[in-house]
Amino acid sequence: MMYFARWKVLLTWSVIALAALLALPSFLPRATLAPITDIVPLRTFQLGLDLRGGSYLLLEVDMQTVVRERLENIVDSTRTRLRGAGINYTGLQAGERNVTLRLTDPSQAPEATRLLRELSTPITTTMGQSQPDIDVQATAAGQVTIALSEPLLREKATQAVEQSIEIVRRRVDESGVAEALIQRQGANRLLVQLPGVQDPERIKQLIGKTARMTFHLLDENANLAAPSPPPGVQFLRGEGPQGQEQRYAVRRRVEVDGANLTDARAGQNPQTGEWVVNFSFDSVGQRRFADITRANVGRPFAIVLDDRVITAPVIREPITAGRGQISGSFNVRTANDLAVLLRAGALPAPLTVVEERTVGPDLGADAIRAGLLSVAVGFVLVCAYMAASYGLFGWFANIAIVANLVLTLAILAMLQATLTLPGIAGLLLSIGMAVDANILINERVREEVRLGRTPLSAIQTGFTKATGTILDSNLTVIIKMALLYALGSGPVKGFAVTVAFGVITSMFTATVLVKMLTASWYRRRRPAALAV
Amino acid sequence: MRLLRLVPDNTRIPFMKGRIVGVVFSALLSLVSVVLFVTPGLNYGIDFEGGIVIEARTPGPADFPQLRSVVSALEVGEVRLQQFGAPEDVLIRLPRQPGGDQAQQQAVERVRGAVTSSVPGAEIRRVEAVGATVSDELFRDGMIALGLSMVAMLLYIWFRFEWQFGVGAIVTLTLDVTKLIGFYALTQMTFNLTSVAAILTMMGFSINDKVVVYDRMRENLRKYKTMPLRELIDLSINETLARTIGTSVAVFLAALPLVLFGGEALREFSIVTLVGIVIGTASSIFIAAPILLFLGENRLRRGTQEEAKAPA
Repeated sequence: MMYFARWKVLLTWSVIALAALLALPSFLPRATLAPITDIVPLRTFQLGLDLRGGSYLLLEVDMQTVVRERLENIVDSTRTRLRGAGINYTGLQAGERNVTLRLTDPSQAPEATRLLRELSTPITTTMGQSQPDIDVQATAAGQVTIALSEPLLREKATQAVEQSIEIVRRRVDESGVAEALIQRQGANRLLVQLPGVQDPERIKQLIGKTARMTFHLLDENANLAAPSPPPGVQFLRGEGPQGQEQRYAVRRRVEVDGANLTDARAGQNPQTGEWVVNFSFDSVGQRRFADITRANVGRPFAIVLDDRVITAPVIREPITAGRGQISGSFNVRTANDLAVLLRAGALPAPLTVVEERTVGPDLGADAIRAGLLSVAVGFVLVCAYMAASYGLFGWFANIAIVANLVLTLAILAMLQATLTLPGIAGLLLSIGMAVDANILINERVREEVRLGRTPLSAIQTGFTKATGTILDSNLTVIIKMALLYALGSGPVKGFAVTVAFGVITSMFTATVLVKMLTASWYRRRRPAALAV
Repeated sequence: MRLLRLVPDNTRIPFMKGRIVGVVFSALLSLVSVVLFVTPGLNYGIDFEGGIVIEARTPGPADFPQLRSVVSALEVGEVRLQQFGAPEDVLIRLPRQPGGDQAQQQAVERVRGAVTSSVPGAEIRRVEAVGATVSDELFRDGMIALGLSMVAMLLYIWFRFEWQFGVGAIVTLTLDVTKLIGFYALTQMTFNLTSVAAILTMMGFSINDKVVVYDRMRENLRKYKTMPLRELIDLSINETLARTIGTSVAVFLAALPLVLFGGEALREFSIVTLVGIVIGTASSIFIAAPILLFLGENRLRRGTQEEAKAPA
């Protein structure tokens, strides 16, 4: 019982020494580590944004807009299809999840249904099957319902989030933020962590823009003062040639999509010196753009970005080389931002910031100082208390606390966990809870001594009887922290992690390590009485 | 060297004599807490209610009337200003903006702009904005965490001990938690996600204490098969008293520097932790054990006597 095999002693100390080695890199500046990390990859724990400063953004993919746009698009195409086929109808309108209309002649229902089914855009599910995204039903009375399919909507949402992550990542990378972290969160959210970013406004603007660029023809005959546009045309706002706000009658039909761009760069017009964005199309875009410009020389076309006309130049000659230039009233920053957005591609749906937490670097540095000071003072207080209460046994416990801290930090480093301000508080609290095990043991030993047991028997009974209690009481804490980790968010998760690992490692240090220290002391001294 | 002993050896305090007083006093405190919870109610933070918090540092001591008029002029709802630690540090709290997350983001930008332009040299140190859907979810998750941990504790103790112990622990925990919530209502400290962490930690600490006392009772139930339950509980509490107090002091000492040096961000969390330690320690002695006496007067003893009669 009070004898530990030499290999066990060696193993225990090696584990602690190894832990110290593993925990160490987290405290060294990156520059010092560089020569080592080139050879062996080192794992370190990371500081949370609340400590290092930075911005945490939770973005939500706005599926409502996707659904609304799809429904509007169905209404538009239904109109053209049915009119083209000479089918008359009334009451064509979009609902929450469907489009309804009534056929004037119900006998045309099968023909109408067939035509409308062709409007579906197939969606490839995760199972690899391709399924239509709409369901067309007609009643005998001629009532037609075009419904969006729910499971496929969800599928579409999933794909939208996946795509958004990719695009947001590209945009953030292009903006020059280092070590940005972009993750999926739940069904329709993404989490963006931007270390070191103090004013996330520019990034938010970069991320939040759908950046869908499309090329349209203008309807030159439309009356711009009319309350509503003619069918197939929409009124969009934009800046006019003299920089004034004005309305444009833009044909809804998308002639070329921004998805066909291969590159976009900010540049300066050599003649005027104004900032422009130069772009080039892929082969499909190049062909389409050439066709359109060839057929419409002398007419204006509009470059539309997120429902706003950026510029509406007149086509002077066919553009067949697949390159073009957007001029608007850009400055160096807006031209660059637009270039970034166009290069990164359009978001499938708009993103809204639903949660933002930004901490300045000074505040973070203050928090680190405050946290370290608290840990140092708390550590000294607890050690002093243990030494005053239990003498030598208290010092054994104190050695165990140091080992406990080292092991906890090593585990955090191995897991590459994030250390937050509440996490530092958790570290401190787990020191307090860790000594509980030693207090339990020592109080038990005292009791046994009072009952008249020999020192050896008292120590043995103390450790044995306290072990069950230690396990029970620590398990309850670990259950709590697991729940907190599962249901909490951000910094609070950091708290749960440090407390949980602090408590888990304390079960090893407070029992095994302290018992070993006590045993080796006992074998050397063979005390006749215990001073506890 | 004489060693520090907070609880003298052979302490024999007849705690069970004061059990009625203890339980009644505790129940009263919890009742008052429930009343405080209803009115004035909790001061929910933006985690749970949504809204905006902006922490700013001004070059000199902050001019509150000026800041108030600057921010109020933006018409972003009821503005609350509060000194945050040093006189230069101001916490600006805005309610959730009508018009959804977009409006919220615009409000953040406008306040940020207004503060930095009206107070030259002012620095925005922290911005937090939480929208309606997120705050609803955080609140729901926080409450689920509290509820589930109650259930988990009940099941754990029930499984490890007997049902009387489980019920005793849960009743005690409920009394503990209501008092902490009452403390939040009374002091009007911000109730947010960190508060849930503080309450969970305190529950963990409190239940940890109960487990130690119950463990000793179980041991003594086996050891002294004929001792009346009342005496047995008293004996168990006294035997574990040194440990109960000792651990509480250790955790208290560990948490104290957080209150003193931990900074504004952790101050409320650490104050609640300290209060929680005191409540948890008191309830181990005065509540958890008496409840067991009420519940187990006959059952626990009979059970063990039958066990004693059974051939080993």
